[in-house]
Amino acid sequence: MLEVENVEASYGSSQVLFGMSFHVNPGEVVTLMGRNGMGKTTTISSVMGLLKLKAGTVRLNGEVVSGLPPHRIARLGVGIVPEGRRIFPNLTVRENLLMAAANHRKVREPWTLNRVIDFFPRLGERLHNGGNQLSGGEQQMLAIGRALMTNPQLLVLDEAMEGLAPIVRDEIWARLHELKKTGLTLILVDKEVESLAGFADRHYIVEKGEVVWEGDTPRLLSDEESRMRYLSV
Amino acid sequence: MADLSLINPDRQSRLLASAQRFVPALVLVVALVGILAYAQSAGDTFLIRVFTRIMIFGIVAVALNFVLGFGGMVSLMHASFIGVGGYVVAILAYHDANLEPLMIGPFAFTGTSDLAILLPLAIVVTVPFAALTGLISLRTSGTYFIMITLAFNQMAYYFFVALQAYGGEDGLQIINPITFGGLDLSQRSTFYLFTLSVLALTLVLVTLLVDSKFGIVLRAAAQNERRLSAIGIAPLRYKLLAFVISGTLTGMAGALLATGQQFISPADMSWSRSGELVVMVVMGGLGSVSGPLVGAAVYLGLELILESWTEYWHLAFGLLIVAMVTLLRGGIADLGTLVPWLGRNVSGGKN
Repeated sequence: MLEVENVEASYGSSQVLFGMSFHVNPGEVVTLMGRNGMGKTTTISSVMGLLKLKAGTVRLNGEVVSGLPPHRIARLGVGIVPEGRRIFPNLTVRENLLMAAANHRKVREPWTLNRVIDFFPRLGERLHNGGNQLSGGEQQMLAIGRALMTNPQLLVLDEAMEGLAPIVRDEIWARLHELKKTGLTLILVDKEVESLAGFADRHYIVEKGEVVWEGDTPRLLSDEESRMRYLSV
Repeated sequence: MADLSLINPDRQSRLLASAQRFVPALVLVVALVGILAYAQSAGDTFLIRVFTRIMIFGIVAVALNFVLGFGGMVSLMHASFIGVGGYVVAILAYHDANLEPLMIGPFAFTGTSDLAILLPLAIVVTVPFAALTGLISLRTSGTYFIMITLAFNQMAYYFFVALQAYGGEDGLQIINPITFGGLDLSQRSTFYLFTLSVLALTLVLVTLLVDSKFGIVLRAAAQNERRLSAIGIAPLRYKLLAFVISGTLTGMAGALLATGQQFISPADMSWSRSGELVVMVVMGGLGSVSGPLVGAAVYLGLELILESWTEYWHLAFGLLIVAMVTLLRGGIADLGTLVPWLGRNVSGGKN
């Protein structure tokens, strides 16, 4: 579904990605792991078109999307839940969701406001609250709900569990399991091996702007040396 | 069934909530009707003239706030929209009074003094002007947007200064009475009610727009355009449409201004006037639809009162603005919150 090939990108004069390559198959859950500052979020920005590539290509279902403006890439079915949640604080929960409503790929059973509220009942209770009045967990639910309203075929979650209380994490993990069951393709960007290992199919470890390790979950769990080398703080 | 019972109360409360949004506008419109009734019974034509002017600038302030408060675009060219709309009325009325057609290339237009034709014409002229200037200015944002709109304002200003055929810097007088179909708008109270109707329609339109999906996207764009594009929405067309709507409403108000003062001149579209409009909006409150109308009333009212006291009224006016901006962060629309703030301080002192 998604193929990232030899992508190089930089912020001004400091290059962050040096030949980043990975792929995601339809219906798969894939993680990008790595310590802070290794280029995980930059990779996501490059996929979304938020950052101009210096080299390399990004393909979605075989078609080159690198070079397209971000809103075009989003309309092709890439949904993003950005790091730090990034909802619109000056809009209500209902407005945050309605604004994103779109079904550009003409999905047969699209996500709607009511379906998102059924999925995250807590949002239903807060519909008329401003985005700035929500707890961190609620904000994260809203960010996921907003991405679902665009009816994506690929959903990217950047540090989805960062700074959330364990009980809220469990709740959101449960929701993500349900999304996985619907066949939605997922990319998770995170640092914590334990919670990701049980959920994802394949993993990429990112170090200094490129993939240094890849494999499925059993391999990740057995390769203690790589985990220590690339992931432990 | 369970679903229905869940949705209905929400829809009800939503209807109620959207009805409530019209309450401030309704209160203001009723108050303006009351002012007319009082002025007529007291025979005070000056009061009618003052409040007609306040309503016209109220329309402009509400329209400007649509892009400034809700869309985050600080436009310094709204005075030029007033001028364009005003000159449409003044020029065609001039040709009507002189019984000579207006020649544009091979086309000849007969003049008219009927606002039923002039108002739509003002719209027809303002839309492309706003679209073109908007398209160029919206390529930039922040400080650069302010500077480009300022430059467009000055270009329009000097265009009319150079237009010697229509008075140049001295402006253009409207000598024949302006009508709207069968209505004689040179009748002060008729024109007052006509202006009030346009104002009421503007308030309803802007309230509906702000609440619509279009308005939601516009407010989101004011917050963060990058975030918006990441969910599949290109902000530019939304901002441009908002800019054109705002400019057009302002052009209509300009047509009313020319009608009301029977005169239009480049002074009505100077860049400092654009700045004053921004002050009216900020004073009234950026977050509310009808707040800027109050801002316009307070601005023009204060100007009138202070001007009668001293030649150096700008000094006192400046101090008042400083006080308002520091005490009322949300503008005059925030006045209600100032009272509990005072109350808290008083009780704090007692403790």
